[in-house]
Amino acid sequence: MNPASEGPLLQVEHLTMRFGGLFAVNDLSFAANDGAITAVIGPNGAGKTTLFNCITGFYKPQVGRLILRGEAGPILLERLDDHAIARKAKVARTFQNIRLFPKMSVLENLIVAQHTRLMAASAFSLAGLLGLPRYARAEAEAVETARHWLERVRLSDFADEPAGSLPYGHQRRLEIARAMCTGPRLLCLDEPAAGLNPHESAELNRLLCSIRDRDRIGLLLIEHDMSVVMEISDHVVVLDYGSKIAEGTPAEVKADPAVIRAYLGEPDEAEDTSRC
Amino acid sequence: MGGTVRDKLIDALLGGFVAAALALPMLGFRLVDSATGLSLATRFDWVAWAGGLVFAGRLALAILRPLLMKASLPALPLPTLPLPPRLAAGWAMAAFALVLPFMPFADRNLVDKATLVLIYVMLGWGLNIVVGLAGLLDLGFVAFYAVGAYSYALLSQTFGLSFWVCLPLAGVLAAGFGLALGFPVLRLRGDYLAIVTLGFGEIIRVVLGAWQDVTNGPMGISGIERPSLFGLSFKAVPPDGQQSFAEFFGLDYTADHRVIFLYFLILGLALLTNLFTLRIRRLPVGRAWEALREDEIACRSLGINPTNIKLSAFALGAMFAGFAGSFFATRQGFISPESFTFMESAVILAIVVLGGMGSQIGIVLAALLLVGLPEWFRELQQYRMLAFGAAMVLIMLWKPSGLLATRTPTIRLGGAK
Repeated sequence: MNPASEGPLLQVEHLTMRFGGLFAVNDLSFAANDGAITAVIGPNGAGKTTLFNCITGFYKPQVGRLILRGEAGPILLERLDDHAIARKAKVARTFQNIRLFPKMSVLENLIVAQHTRLMAASAFSLAGLLGLPRYARAEAEAVETARHWLERVRLSDFADEPAGSLPYGHQRRLEIARAMCTGPRLLCLDEPAAGLNPHESAELNRLLCSIRDRDRIGLLLIEHDMSVVMEISDHVVVLDYGSKIAEGTPAEVKADPAVIRAYLGEPDEAEDTSRC
Repeated sequence: MGGTVRDKLIDALLGGFVAAALALPMLGFRLVDSATGLSLATRFDWVAWAGGLVFAGRLALAILRPLLMKASLPALPLPTLPLPPRLAAGWAMAAFALVLPFMPFADRNLVDKATLVLIYVMLGWGLNIVVGLAGLLDLGFVAFYAVGAYSYALLSQTFGLSFWVCLPLAGVLAAGFGLALGFPVLRLRGDYLAIVTLGFGEIIRVVLGAWQDVTNGPMGISGIERPSLFGLSFKAVPPDGQQSFAEFFGLDYTADHRVIFLYFLILGLALLTNLFTLRIRRLPVGRAWEALREDEIACRSLGINPTNIKLSAFALGAMFAGFAGSFFATRQGFISPESFTFMESAVILAIVVLGGMGSQIGIVLAALLLVGLPEWFRELQQYRMLAFGAAMVLIMLWKPSGLLATRTPTIRLGGAK
């Protein structure tokens, strides 16, 4: 076997992120695999989004390593800038509060996502300005990729509409399609089911499973909606106050007393937490 | 809004009172020269008039507003134009611009004014890259215009280079200054960026005024070389070894030839800017500019390096200002720091914003309104700025988001097959 394809896709080791005296993430270690959905759950303020921001480079952690298995060997994510993580390590993400380019059309959103590839093909715009065929080819390919993802997320009919005019559920799907258009190895989804109705949520489950099974990439998922987490996750990591309190398959986690305590509280410990 | 007559009266009284209070120091007192020196005279009747006028106006407005609301302002028909008619409008405007100097009504004065409007159209198109596409609010755009103008003037006078050699050099120099401004302001957005660019514009102007040895300070540079057409001079008596345009084509010499030549020169430069912008909007850089305007964080998450994208917008916008600047220098034959005040930046920005942020044709219309209109009202002297203000207010009333605010996608799924 090729050494590059061994081991987990993403390995988080002793990750610690402090804001002043507050440990948002405290000595956290876990791993996420290719072709698997890893869910990170926990009560509000448990440090889930902070973890995401560390992985995608929006924050620089004070302690710990984030090792991504790249095509040419391991990549240390904590040493790269956010845009370099997306470009070199091929980690794509979506946001808790959707961040599309609202005035640009749906198709344009998906084309912008393929910026790196198109920029190289256009020879930093020169080939594009001169209208050379090599850029035209690259653009046609980009449109094909976009068309493919529009079909996968069932938004083909809206391709030329401004992204901001789509209904909320459509925007969520478009954001996932846009992230996928970057050709990621790891897709990080920050609460993709937030604000979706049960029907849309079930559709999201199918989409995420199809990404896992067809594209064979790793998915890392923050989610509050337990129906999504329990149904599709292969592996669940539970955070509370920045630390990992449990890890395992959905069934194992569901039965874990520490998880139940964190979510529901216990009579004597509830007093403790309220004082914090 | 209060509905009763009493509410309206109170509102109008308040308005009148505020107006009177404001008018008191401005209109109420006056310095008069008398035999014993300066003395203070009062004219409280003016204050009363001001207060009374505002009271009456406010009351009339309050009474008439419900009626006005019903009859609301008619929408301008233009902005609803879909793409094909708009494209046609663009071609029609370009064709009209081409034949304008040969129209029977086109005298020298008109062509001269059209040239001025075209300079602002070009500057507007240049700034549109920075403000309209990349969404970076730049209040110091005139600095690059100045850099272009001084580059041409100095290169031409120091090294004897011709206009056609200096034009690209001026563009490159201005783009260099664009990068120089771009680096320190990479992290800034919105208001903060506007203030820094405003300062940058002033720095350039002050340096040009103070650097006596190089720029000749506030006296400016005069006798700047006029451009030639492939070596054909537009002077009445061409310099040695050169032919004049009139001789070559066997025409009688008139000064009009140069005016018309300058008009076509700026028309060509402006159309070049337009073509470039239309083209680059469809390229990855152009799309990244617009994406950056929409959401910088999302751009980062897609692997777009905002530094490169911002710098390219600053540099390219500045380059076109540099071209326009060297044209300005060669047209005027004289430049001084006075020509590059903040007012110019404000006018160019107003053109872009009122044109509808990102719309190329909107910018032409806005330039016509904001630069052309006041030029035609030059006879009104100091009331000229009133025309400028009125044009602005009218646009804001009719089209708060600019004359042509609809955006057309740069690529369509149907058309890409």
